[in-house]
Amino acid sequence: MHAIKQFFYSNNSQINVGLLLTSLILLLAILGPWLAPYAAQEMVDARYSLPQAGIALGTDYLGQDVFSRVLHGGISIVWMSIASALLGLVLGVVLGLVAGFFKGRVDQVIIWTADIFLAFPHLILVLLVVSMLGRDKWLIAITVAIAFVPGVIRLTRGLALSISKHEYIEVAEMMGYPHHQILLREILPNILTPLLIHLGTMLSWSVALLSGLSFLGYGVAPPEADWGLMVNENKGGLQIQPFSILVPILLIALFALGTNLLAEGFGRKFSRINESTEVSEHA
Amino acid sequence: MLNQLHVQPQASLALEVKNLDVSLNDGTAIVSDISFTVLAGQILALVGESGSGKTTIATALLAHTRHGARIVHGEVNVAGLNVLRLDQEALRQVRGKQVSYVPQNPSTALNPLITIRSHLADVLRSHEPGLDVAQQQASIVNALKEVELPHEDAFLHRYPHQLSGGQQQRVLLALSFITRPSVIVLDEPTTALDVTTQAKVLLTVKKLCQHYGVAAVYVSHDLAVVKKIADHVIVLYGGRIAEKASATALFSRPLHPYSQGLINAIPDIHLHTIPVPIIGNAPSLQSRGAGCVFEPRCKRAKLECKTSMPALEPLSAREDHAVACINLPAHAPQLKIIRSTGPASSRVLVLGSQQPLLEVKHLSASFDGKQVLKDISFHLKKGECLALVGESGSGKTTISRAIAGLNAQALGSLYFNGQALALAARGRSAAFSHQIQYIFQNPYQSLNPRQTVRQTLLNTVRHYFPSKLKDSHEVVAAALKRVALDPRIADSFPKELSGGELQRVSIARALVCEPSLLICDEITSALDVSVQAAILELIKSLQRNGLAIIFVTHNLGIVRSISDRVLVLKHGRIVESGEVDTLLDQPRQPYTKELINDSPSIVDI
Amino acid sequence: MQNLELKDFSSVTPEQISLPATAGPIDRGLAEVTEHSSPLPSHVRKKGIISTNLLKWIAKRTLSSILGLFVISMLVFVATQALPSDPARVILGPEASEEATQILRHQLGLDQSLVTQYLHWIKPALVGDFGISIDSKMPVVNLIAGKVKNTLILLGLTLLVLIPAAFTIGIYLALHKDALLDRLAISFLIFVKAVPSFAIAYGLVMLLSTLVFNIFPAVSLIQANQSVWSQLQFMVLPMLTLVLSSLPYLVRLIRGSLIEVLQSDFIISAHLRGLSRTQIIWKYAIPNAVIPAIQAIALISSVLLGGALVVEVVFAYPGIGSALNAAVDIRDIPVIQAVVVFLASGVMVINLLADVVTVLLTPKLRTA
Repeated sequence: MHAIKQFFYSNNSQINVGLLLTSLILLLAILGPWLAPYAAQEMVDARYSLPQAGIALGTDYLGQDVFSRVLHGGISIVWMSIASALLGLVLGVVLGLVAGFFKGRVDQVIIWTADIFLAFPHLILVLLVVSMLGRDKWLIAITVAIAFVPGVIRLTRGLALSISKHEYIEVAEMMGYPHHQILLREILPNILTPLLIHLGTMLSWSVALLSGLSFLGYGVAPPEADWGLMVNENKGGLQIQPFSILVPILLIALFALGTNLLAEGFGRKFSRINESTEVSEHA
Repeated sequence: MLNQLHVQPQASLALEVKNLDVSLNDGTAIVSDISFTVLAGQILALVGESGSGKTTIATALLAHTRHGARIVHGEVNVAGLNVLRLDQEALRQVRGKQVSYVPQNPSTALNPLITIRSHLADVLRSHEPGLDVAQQQASIVNALKEVELPHEDAFLHRYPHQLSGGQQQRVLLALSFITRPSVIVLDEPTTALDVTTQAKVLLTVKKLCQHYGVAAVYVSHDLAVVKKIADHVIVLYGGRIAEKASATALFSRPLHPYSQGLINAIPDIHLHTIPVPIIGNAPSLQSRGAGCVFEPRCKRAKLECKTSMPALEPLSAREDHAVACINLPAHAPQLKIIRSTGPASSRVLVLGSQQPLLEVKHLSASFDGKQVLKDISFHLKKGECLALVGESGSGKTTISRAIAGLNAQALGSLYFNGQALALAARGRSAAFSHQIQYIFQNPYQSLNPRQTVRQTLLNTVRHYFPSKLKDSHEVVAAALKRVALDPRIADSFPKELSGGELQRVSIARALVCEPSLLICDEITSALDVSVQAAILELIKSLQRNGLAIIFVTHNLGIVRSISDRVLVLKHGRIVESGEVDTLLDQPRQPYTKELINDSPSIVDI
Repeated sequence: MQNLELKDFSSVTPEQISLPATAGPIDRGLAEVTEHSSPLPSHVRKKGIISTNLLKWIAKRTLSSILGLFVISMLVFVATQALPSDPARVILGPEASEEATQILRHQLGLDQSLVTQYLHWIKPALVGDFGISIDSKMPVVNLIAGKVKNTLILLGLTLLVLIPAAFTIGIYLALHKDALLDRLAISFLIFVKAVPSFAIAYGLVMLLSTLVFNIFPAVSLIQANQSVWSQLQFMVLPMLTLVLSSLPYLVRLIRGSLIEVLQSDFIISAHLRGLSRTQIIWKYAIPNAVIPAIQAIALISSVLLGGALVVEVVFAYPGIGSALNAAVDIRDIPVIQAVVVFLASGVMVINLLADVVTVLLTPKLRTA
C-alpha cells in the first residue's frame, strides 16, 4: 500500500515510466523492421485469421501478418512526430522571442498572424494542406510543425515578456548588449524549462495528430505498414480479429503516454523546485 | 494629540501567550519559547528582520500557520479561551470575533469579485447572524466611519481594485474592528503604503485601540514606526525574544546587543550620523546552533555564547524589561539619541564653480497616456550625491530611468560632461554608456539566474573592456573585494546568495564598468535594516572616491544620512530642492513639511 | 484532435502559462482602449454594469474578429485554389485530356486572376452562397446545413455532460488535493489525455458495443429524415468519446486554478475573519476559479469543433466532420472551403464570446 502511494505521489516515477515507455517504443520502431518474421506486404494466411503458431497476432484485412506489420509500422510515426515537434518548437521560439523582445509593430504582426492561425484546428489545417499538396512524409511533418508554431509563439512570447521585465534584462539593454546576445544569453536560458516541457506535450500531440491523419487515410499511404493506417484498414474486422486494431492502438497510446508522462513529470518537478525556493525565501 | 486620548484606568489582561513553539513539519523550529501578555487598549509591537518569525507568531495567535508548519505547543489565551485548543467550529467563531487579523498586503487580501459592502456583510453574517438588514447597514456605516472612509452607497458598492492602497488597508481595518474584538493582530499593515498614508493609518489604529480597549499586536520591521505607535516592544531575533520592554525603556536604554545594533542601523531623518550596520546575515532556520542565535553577529560574544542558549531574564522584579543575553554590561549606558543641528561631518564638499557632470533640461515623460514627468530640469556635479525624494507616483523612478536611457517615452535633453546624451540607451556610444550605471530596487531579479557571479561580471567586462579579459581572475576578485564580498562567491549562482549579497554583486557589476555616475533606485528597500546600513556605507565610500550618485528613495532618513542635495518631487514636478540639511531643517513648501512631519523617527522631538 | 492543450495549464507551472493564456487579447485590448480615453477619477461611480469603455472594447474586439474572418477566408481560398496543385487536374484525374481540364479550368474560373476569383467567391459567400458542390452538384449550403446542425447537436450534448462533470470532479479533487483518490484520478486523466481520440473511440466500441458489453450501436445509423432527438442511442458513443477526450484538460484546469485560489491571500484572510468554510469555498474561492475555466471551455469547444472530425468518421456520424473528410477525399473544393471557413469562424465566435464573458465577470476588467 505504501509503495503504491509512493508511486503515485512521486514525480520521478512519472519520469521513469515515461522514459521507459518512450524508449521501448523507440526501440521497437527502430529495430522492428529487422526483427519482423515477415515482410510488411507478405500474405501469410487468410484474411483476419486469429493468432496461431507462427502468426502471433493473427492476420489483417489482406491476410498479412499483424505482428510483422506492427514491427514495420512504427518508424514513420516516430520520426515524423519527433521532427515535427522539434521543428515547431524551433520556429515558434524564434518568432516568439522576436515578438516578445522587440514588442511594438513586430510583435503586433507576429501575434496577429499567430492568432489567425490559431483559429484553424490543428487537424483541419494539416488536412487542408495535405489534401492539396499530397502526402509526402516530410511535407506532413512540416505542416504539423507549422500547425504547432502559433501555440509556441504565444507561449514563448508570454515567457519572454515576463522575463524582459526582470531587471537583469534592463541592465543588458542599458549597457547596449547586442540584441542576439540578450535573446540567446539572457532570455532563452531562463525560459528553456517551460519550453522543453511544452516540447514533450507537442510530441504527444503530434503522435495523436499523425496517427489520426493516417487513420483518416491522409498520412502514410498503403500498402506501407503504419500503426494509424492499420487501425483504418482493419476496422471492418473489429469483431472477428480485434488484435489487428488493438495492438497498433495500444502502441500509439503508449508512445503518446510516454511522452506525455515525461512532459508532466519534468513539468511538475521543475515547478516543485521553483515552489521550494520560494518557500525558503519567505522563511 | 494622541496623548490626550482617554486611556482606560484599570486595563485588564486581553491576551496571554505562553511558551509558544512553532516548527516546520520536519521539526525545525521557526519560533520557540514565546511568552507575552497584552493589556486591553495597549499596543505591543513585535519587531524583527526577515526570518525573525514575527509573522509566524502573529498568525499563530489565530491558530493559523503557513503551509508546512505547525504549532507544536503553547497557549494563546483570549478572553479566557485557549485559542490553540479549540475545535474547528469554535475556532471559526473566535477568529474575526475575539481575535481579528489585518494582513500585510492590502491589494491581495480582498476578494476581487465582491464589493466592499459584501466583505463587511459577510463578516457580520458570520459573527452576528441575528442582525436584521437595517442593523447590518448601520453597523457597516459605523465601521467605515470609524476608519475614516466614506460610507455612502456609491463607496460601499465599489470593488477592491477601485480603491487606493490606503483605502484598501482601511477596509481591512474596518473588517477587523466591526466585530469589536478584544485582540487585533496587525501584520506589517503599512509596509505597502506611502509615508503620509502610513502615518494617517497608524493614527487611526491607535485611536481605535484606545477607544474600544482593544489589545493590539503590531508586527513590524521598522523600529521608527513602532516608536510612533507601541506601548511595549518585543525585539525578535532568529525565532526567539531577544528583548522585551516598554517602548520608552527600549528606545532610551536598549540592552540586548541586537536591539542596540538595530537602533544604530536606522537612518533617521533627525540624526546626522551615518547608520552603523550589523555585520553578517540573519541565520536561516537550519543553521541555528545550540547557543545564542545572535552570537555569530555579536561584537560582545564570548565563548559561552556559542554553547548555551540565554534565557529571557527580567532586569528586576519591578521593571517590565527583560533581556536574553548572558553578557550584559554591568552598567548599561543610557543610549543618547540627540538631535544635532549642525551639518554632518560626512558631507562631501562640492565646489560651486566646476562644470556639472550631468545636466537634465526640460525632461518630460508619459506612461499609458498620462504625463508622469513635467518639465524637470536639474544638474549634478562630480562626486555629488543627489537624492530624489517623493511618494509613489511622484516620478522619481521615471527620472532616474530616463537618465539611464530606459524610458522610451521621455522627451527633453540630457548633457553629460557638457556633451548631449541620447535619451535611449541604445543610442548612446559605449564611451558614454559605461559611465552611467543603474542599480535596481529588487536585488533578486537584478542578476541573470542562469549565470554565476563570475559570468555576470565577465560578460560586462567583455562588453566594455575586452582587453582586460586576459587577467579575468584578478578582475573578478578585485571587483568583489571592492564591494566587500569574499572573492570565493564568484562561482555561486544568484539563488545561493542573500539579498544584501546580491545587491553588492549588482554594485560590483556597475563598478567594473568604471562609471562616473551611479543611479541607485530604492536599492535598500528590499533589504533588512541592518543590511541596508552596510549598503549605505558602501555607497558613501564610493562617493568619497569620486563617484557621483543619484539616490532615489522615499525614506527621508536615508536622505539625511547619505545625500548632499535633495530634489523633492510630487506628481512629476520638482516641488523643492536644496542642500540636504537646509531643506530638511527649514523646509519651505507645505508638501515637504508634511513629508518630514510624517516620517517616522526614533528621536523624540 | 488533441490540440486542446495549447494552453495546457497542467504541464507547466501556472504563473508561467497563465501569461500567454489570460494576459492575451483581453488585457491588451482593454489597455489599448483605456490608453486613449482618460480614465474616470476613481471616485466617480459608473452607472450600470457596462461602461462606455467596455462597449468600445467589445466593438473593437468584434471588428477585429470580423477582419480576422476575412483574412481566414483569403487563406482558405488561397490554400485551396492557388497552391501548386491544379484543382481541375485533381478533379478529373491524371488520365483526363488536356482539353477537358482546360474546359473545366475555365468553368471553375481558374484562368482568371486570383483576386477576381476570390471576389467571385466571397461576394455570394457573404450571403451564404458557397457555390455548387463538384461531387453532388447541389448547392453547398443545402449540402452542409443539416450536417452543421448534427455536429452542433453533438457538441451541445457533449458540453452539457462535460461542463458539469468537469466542474464536479475538478472541485472535488481540488478540495481533496493530494489525497490518494486525487493522485489516482490525476494519473488516470494523464492516461486518457495521452490516448488519441480515435483510439478512445475504438476502446469504447470494444467495451460498450462489441466485445465486452453490447449496449450501444457501434455506428451512428442516424436517419436523415427523422429528428436526432428520437435517435439518441446513436449519439451516446460519439458524445462519450468527445467527453472523455476533453475531460482531462478541463478537470485539471479547474482543479489547478481552484487550488491556486485556495492558497491566495484573500482566502487566508477570509479564514482568519472567521467566515465559514462553505461560504469561503462557494463565495470566495470557486467564483475566482471559474474565470480561467471560461477560457478553457472556449478552447475546448473550438477544439471539439475541429476534433469532432475523427470521431464522426469512426462512428459514421453524419456531421460536418465526416462531410469534410468525404469532401477532402474527392477534392470537392467548394465544400472544403465552406466547411473550413465555417469551422474557423466558429472558433473565432467562441473566442469572442469567451473574452466578453470573462470581461463581464471580472470587475477589474469590466469597470476599466
